[in-house]
Amino acid sequence: MNPIKKFFQTIADLWSLIVGLQITGKYFCQRQVTVHYPRKEIDPEINKTYRGHIELVASPKDPTKPKCISCLMCVSACPSGCITVVKSKPPKLSPEEEQAIKDAEARGEKVKKPSAPKEPAQWKYDFSLCSLCGTCIEACAVDSIQFSNELYVVGTSRNDFKYDLLARLKSQAEKRGPVAESKPEAETKEA
Amino acid sequence: MNGIATELIRIVVGLVAVAAFVGLNGLVLVYAERKGAGHFQRRPGPFEVGPHGVIQPIADALKLIGKQLFTPENADPFLFWLAPLLSFFPVLLLFVPLPFGPVLTVWEVDLGLLLILAFAGINVLALLLAGWASNNKYGLLGAGRAVAQSVAYEIPLLLTVLAIAFQSGTLNLSTIVSQQGSWPWQWNIVTQPLAFIIYLISALGETNRAPFDLPEAESELTAGFHTEYSGMGFGMFFLAEYANMIVVSGVCTALFLGGWKGPFVDGFWWYLVKVYALLGAMIWFRWTYPRVRFDQLLNINWKWLLPLATLNLLGTAFLMKVF
Amino acid sequence: MRNEKLDLVTGDFYTQNFQKGARENTLILNMGPQHPSTHGVLRIILELDGEYIVRAEPILGYLHRMHEKMAEVKTLVQYMPNMGRVDYGHPLAWNWAFAGAVERLGGIEVPERAEYLRVISCELNRITSHLLWWGAYILDLGAFTPIMYAFDDRERLLDILQIVTGSRLTYSSFRFGGVCADINDKFKELVNDFIPYMRTRLPMYKGLVTDNIILRKRVEEIGYFSPDMIRRYGATGPVARGSGLAYDVRRAEPYSVYNRFDWKVPVYEKGDAMARYLVRLDEIEQSLNIVEQAMASLPEGKHIVDKAPKYTWKAPKGEAYFAVEGGRGKVGVQVVSDGGKNPYKIKLRAPGFSNLSLFAEASQGTLLADAVAILGSLDLIIPEIDR
Repeated sequence: MNPIKKFFQTIADLWSLIVGLQITGKYFCQRQVTVHYPRKEIDPEINKTYRGHIELVASPKDPTKPKCISCLMCVSACPSGCITVVKSKPPKLSPEEEQAIKDAEARGEKVKKPSAPKEPAQWKYDFSLCSLCGTCIEACAVDSIQFSNELYVVGTSRNDFKYDLLARLKSQAEKRGPVAESKPEAETKEA
Repeated sequence: MNGIATELIRIVVGLVAVAAFVGLNGLVLVYAERKGAGHFQRRPGPFEVGPHGVIQPIADALKLIGKQLFTPENADPFLFWLAPLLSFFPVLLLFVPLPFGPVLTVWEVDLGLLLILAFAGINVLALLLAGWASNNKYGLLGAGRAVAQSVAYEIPLLLTVLAIAFQSGTLNLSTIVSQQGSWPWQWNIVTQPLAFIIYLISALGETNRAPFDLPEAESELTAGFHTEYSGMGFGMFFLAEYANMIVVSGVCTALFLGGWKGPFVDGFWWYLVKVYALLGAMIWFRWTYPRVRFDQLLNINWKWLLPLATLNLLGTAFLMKVF
Repeated sequence: MRNEKLDLVTGDFYTQNFQKGARENTLILNMGPQHPSTHGVLRIILELDGEYIVRAEPILGYLHRMHEKMAEVKTLVQYMPNMGRVDYGHPLAWNWAFAGAVERLGGIEVPERAEYLRVISCELNRITSHLLWWGAYILDLGAFTPIMYAFDDRERLLDILQIVTGSRLTYSSFRFGGVCADINDKFKELVNDFIPYMRTRLPMYKGLVTDNIILRKRVEEIGYFSPDMIRRYGATGPVARGSGLAYDVRRAEPYSVYNRFDWKVPVYEKGDAMARYLVRLDEIEQSLNIVEQAMASLPEGKHIVDKAPKYTWKAPKGEAYFAVEGGRGKVGVQVVSDGGKNPYKIKLRAPGFSNLSLFAEASQGTLLADAVAILGSLDLIIPEIDR
């Protein structure tokens, strides 16, 4: 390279430093892009399909009860083992009723024992183990599980992320009030 | 006898004022640096502690003071803790001959420039000690870089300063300022533009600021010479770096930008405005450029700055002789 | 190494067994596992002469998570979330490689719309991966601001990807026979806004960083890989394309619908860090082209087949291999099934592992600062290397 060309090349190279200063200087004067979280939040439209922790879908009849039929498919489908479902026990019979059933059986009649209710007694979920894969949602036979859009979840200990989803469903129903539409908007896409 | 006493009192009061000024400036500059960085990167910077985060530097300082002073295993404790002190306290002396205003100088010395250049060299020793005594390989590499860099960049710095001294015929900073006029076209920068640019680049190198922050290059040497320092040990280096920045900007202002003189009303405010403008430019450079490599750093110095500064000095001497 | 004071042999296995070069009076330096520029927990033992590297030895295993072993105790569907976590930079490529291998094994047809959705989301994910690399690489070279600009753009992309995948980083949104969710109008709107916006950002990247003389001096003519070296170590992706090898899985072994779009494979001949840098920036542009065309020609239909495998699904006996082009190179998954509930074996082919092996040879004789620049130009994601 001849010296004159080299000289101009050096000038051009040094000019690139000025260009860099111009760019950062321009952005210095422009508006910031940070969303100051507690004071501002991002567009909620984007979070509609956000997959937060899972939650139960209320049954259409009773908003405080889940659709769940305690089939335990989700428990066996979960790759991380973060779901615990306890089935309800059959209702305890009073001694008179038990006697009546025994008598009936003794007479040779077919008696229908009161069966356990289908709804779960406990529905525990450990968010700290969950990998939000959606396998439980796809495995659920009655579409009783959905992703919540909870983006802002914080806690100070591991126990804060062990959710009792039945209690959560109940409090959600109470918050919505009795007048509101009882069926929550299920995430049809995931189902 | 009386004269010496008043001089002594003046120096003691001045040094205390300078120490307060340096401490306060550290806080202001930390805030400015972080806010500036934030805005260059389109984010707010510190925002939560106090309105717009103004109390953040104080909180940081308290945190630094409250931290445990930790000496690493097999380190030389005496040298290890001498280094931060040695890096911070000589810097206070550098403020002595700086002309903040027409009368606002701690001690007007005829050899003011020489005093600053002489004591600025001690900082290198502190960095070398810090890197050597902390028994850390990264620290050692950082110290080696610091010495090579500071020694190299002092030379063009000296040569540009000499050019101004030739032109003004004095080493007294106050006299140099008073020889310049109030308006920008009466400043030395007009007659010595090349010297100004070389001075600015060398000053960045001398104070280890990005893009020449090789002794503490984070992505290469983790933190270089202060890898092992915690709490106020680190805080001292930090304060010394900011104080050094003020000194080089202050000298630059006095030499090239007319010092405390400015349009309309002369006074120390013009000095502060110019110093902070230069500091702002240094912050701007830091948040724009990548870091140069070590051999390139030395090449810039020996192959570009040094010949240019020498030519500039010779040219100045020639012109001074002719006219 | 012997500590005289404590009369102990210090250092771990690797430090004790590090083979020094022939030179004397050298310094052994442990770079990592906690070092800012190794991007995680990679550890490199360096033998230094001054600041020059005599010998370098990368040591892996600080982030080993047994992904391949985990596959043997899970069903195929249950293994899908693992694929989002092998490589946090470009997880959708891993999703795709695994889903593709299983589909090939089970003979599952993927609807056309699902293929398009896969292309769109995978290419958007590739842009996020390259932006992350770009910011982090410039950070390694000492400039702090570009990473924030890159993250500004990346955040927009993550918002977009969040709509279709539901998460922001560790996506596991592909299913056997499709994807988990269809796109909505908001997605279309945001993507159509993003493509022209990103095209205006790329010149800014060029002005701020690519043309910057300090950066050019740092990355030009360092870390030279010859095509022969690339072949010997099996490096792929932008690293290979920076050395003049036009190998892109999307072109070489076309899968899905990539053949329907008009795009180029960026190739640079020089083989230095700058060439790899330019390849990646060009790939951002090409990915934008692909997304634009795919969005324009998106067919109607289903996003997943009707009888998508449930978690109890058993793959037929046999094995299948599927490779896709990830952000770092060829991502391959080999699935071996003995017809049982769980796969017999899954082998993951991580491109970063091959790319990293170039480092030891290329870094010899360079400065420490150059080693950082070479390491960064390989675009390493440590969890992917260790798996």
